[in-house]
Amino acid sequence: MPVLIDLFMTFAKIGLFIFGGGYAMLSLIEDICVEKKKWISHDELMNITVIAESTPGPIAINCATYVGYKKGKMAGGIMATIGVVMPSFVIIFLISKYLERFLEIRWIANAFCGIKLAVGILIIDAAVKMVIKMKKKPLQICIMVVSFLFVMIINVMKIRFSTILIMLSSALISIFVFVIEQKTKKEGER
Amino acid sequence: MIYLDLLIGFLEVGFFSFGGAYAAIPLIRDVVLSHGWLDEEMLSYIIAVSESTPGPIMVNLATYVGSAKAGVLGAFIATAAVVLPAFVIIMIVMLLAKNLLKNRYVQAALGGLKPCIIGIILATGAYMIMQNCFLQADAEVDILSILITCGLGIVYFGSRKIRKKGLSPIALVCVSAVVGVFVYGVK
Repeated sequence: MPVLIDLFMTFAKIGLFIFGGGYAMLSLIEDICVEKKKWISHDELMNITVIAESTPGPIAINCATYVGYKKGKMAGGIMATIGVVMPSFVIIFLISKYLERFLEIRWIANAFCGIKLAVGILIIDAAVKMVIKMKKKPLQICIMVVSFLFVMIINVMKIRFSTILIMLSSALISIFVFVIEQKTKKEGER
Repeated sequence: MIYLDLLIGFLEVGFFSFGGAYAAIPLIRDVVLSHGWLDEEMLSYIIAVSESTPGPIMVNLATYVGSAKAGVLGAFIATAAVVLPAFVIIMIVMLLAKNLLKNRYVQAALGGLKPCIIGIILATGAYMIMQNCFLQADAEVDILSILITCGLGIVYFGSRKIRKKGLSPIALVCVSAVVGVFVYGVK
């Protein structure tokens, strides 16, 4: 079964070179899966990106599952997915064994005090990039602002409230508005 | 039971993390804090570690939390749980429902989900910064942290104005580590 092994090895290699997650890895996948291995076409990769954007989970997993399934059916999908996760699993597992002990060393603890400040900036940066790409219709902007304020209040007041509920209600409101829009459109046509 | 908690917690994260790595951070924060698995401080350390090591950030976070709380088996369960929803959904899309994502109602739901997630991510980032700077345990304003945060922000966003690509997130993590060693070391 050389295809399965090839899928595993190739995606393990990709997994080892994904840094920071997200779209940085797309060029790597393009280079390996489209140019070198010719497993998928460029258009297919674009297609995967669109699918990945509308499905949950890391985009790397979505890509691996898609390409793996295409080349080796279910077994291929599983092998490619395990492959892409394997390197980070091993690395983080090792780090998790030693991080707390490292933090007892003073200068490393100081370094992490600095790093902690950078993480907030990185998260804001990611969100701002998403705002720029977002469709800015009134409903979307309303949902964004309301959920921002809501989560802020939850955090500051230290209330336990699942963000998943906020997400589900946003989705429901959006469907509800869509249905009403459709109805009014139909009545307008009459 | 810790294994079951890890499984359910990270399945939730995997299933609701529309929009990639940063969308998962508020969800993971929810799960981790509500179970008391990590505190805010440790969580932000691990986000930085995940950002600076290879692999998707949410997979890295899952592996770390699982391993820290329940060893190899915990790491394995948490990682599998966070990956499984993405895997299954892609399989479903490819096998059964090629047009599922084009469905108007699915699109409408996503149209509401995405801005909501952006709002949640913004709030999470803003709250983390607030906590670093203002909401310390002794309720004092931490001027040093404010200065460093502003400095890092200016360098990070400013670098993009000067060069097209600017600083990468990993580079920012490195810079902030060096700043931390010097500033907090001297203090």
